[in-house]
Amino acid sequence: MKHVPLYRTHVDAGAKMAPFAGWEMPIQYPAGSIEEHRLVRRSAGLFDVSHMGRLKVTGTGAAAYLDRLVSSSIAKLGVNESTYGLLCNESGGVIDDLFVYRLAESWLVVVNASNAEKDIAWFRSHLPESGATLTDVSDQTVMFAFQGPQAIALLDHDTGGRASAIERFHAALIDVCGVPCTVGRTGYTGEDGVELFAAADHAERLWTGILALADRHGVDAGPIGLAARDSLRFEPGFPLYGHELDEQTTPVEARLTWACDPDTDFIGRDAILERKRAGAERKLATVVMEERGVPRQGCDVYHEDRCVGVVTTGLYAPTVDAFCANVYVESELARTGSIVHIDIRGGRKRAVVASRPLYKPAYR
Amino acid sequence: MTFRDDVKYQESHEWALKDDNLVIVGISDYAQDSLGDVVYVELPDVGDVKKKGDSFGVVESVKAASDVYMPVSGEIIEINADLDDNPSNVNDSPFDSGWLIKIKPSDPSELDSLMSAQEYKTYTEGLEE
Repeated sequence: MKHVPLYRTHVDAGAKMAPFAGWEMPIQYPAGSIEEHRLVRRSAGLFDVSHMGRLKVTGTGAAAYLDRLVSSSIAKLGVNESTYGLLCNESGGVIDDLFVYRLAESWLVVVNASNAEKDIAWFRSHLPESGATLTDVSDQTVMFAFQGPQAIALLDHDTGGRASAIERFHAALIDVCGVPCTVGRTGYTGEDGVELFAAADHAERLWTGILALADRHGVDAGPIGLAARDSLRFEPGFPLYGHELDEQTTPVEARLTWACDPDTDFIGRDAILERKRAGAERKLATVVMEERGVPRQGCDVYHEDRCVGVVTTGLYAPTVDAFCANVYVESELARTGSIVHIDIRGGRKRAVVASRPLYKPAYR
Repeated sequence: MTFRDDVKYQESHEWALKDDNLVIVGISDYAQDSLGDVVYVELPDVGDVKKKGDSFGVVESVKAASDVYMPVSGEIIEINADLDDNPSNVNDSPFDSGWLIKIKPSDPSELDSLMSAQEYKTYTEGLEE
């Protein structure tokens, strides 16, 4: 099991550690995951997500190379801009979802920990003979997210206002708590905030520095584990690979065609366009339980007496204050207001398809 | 971690407290701490009759669903319906407002086979290793 550089810091803070994608990660801190979720929605929370894969791409051919592999329009990115995108196979199936930052002299690609090895192999196998170099910088760097309505204003105190000067989905090189960081105004919570990339040697200084900064300015903030990260990403409708996404699912079923630029010739484009034209048999929908019960991944979804789909994520959503689930169901039933029943341990519980997202991101 | 010493415990982490002719059942402080935030508790119907070791419900936390088991045989006399709206009572007060069911035991001597607080504490320490 792999350890992030701050493993000991998390254990000392009372975190419950558990295996996630080959890493021993903090799942929750003593406050508990529901309180952690609420803390991020009302103030600010700090996440160590250094398990995620970080790849650096350089060279004159880097833009063309990434544009061929990533579904969104890489070539249109200016320096210090970023985009969400998908890595697809020839049939349009999703190999991974990722974030690409165009920095001054390189490109930073952030991928899921669970797919890092597979992604790197895919990226390497498509490298041109010259013009682009791919380096896995995961081990020498850390990645933190600092998210919540107070996050930007707090970082402004430390950076002379340089945090709020970064536009949404843009990035900048800034010293945070004395640590040189690549700071992206991005995140996975539906709140405003940043994701920070720094040298692994500076991990402790940056982590404790941000928490101490919050303390000094009287801002309620604390460390957030992966359990709250899951409920925070669920409410605004962000997919999680292995749940809403896999290689048998295309962006059409996953409602991610907005992240696909049909004008760029990325791998999988033609299959995705064809699927879109023909219409998907099943689609992602978000349901709210009308009867009590916690749906879990793998629970069958019924319409009348027919099995029409499956749960990909199910949980208690703290801000929505309801039991909710993401499901793949027959496209006809994926419409707002459809009634389905979810089989929870043999009992079928009524749920209604809700309009997405359940929680509108604060920055939208 | 609290190991309340006027109740008995079983290996699946339920506690049982003899209260006159009834037995009150909940999950231990150790169990709620391991589970994390409890979001839903599924309880049996009043009047159900179950045997020692039978599952009588499910405690659902953020992390997982865990069955809970009868520490003694008997009839379910009362359930803690307040947990529908306040499932976090199981975390905040596992021995008091977080209780799950009250049983009318068919064989009160079954209580004798359960662990004392000290035995249970030693048992949980073994699980940590």
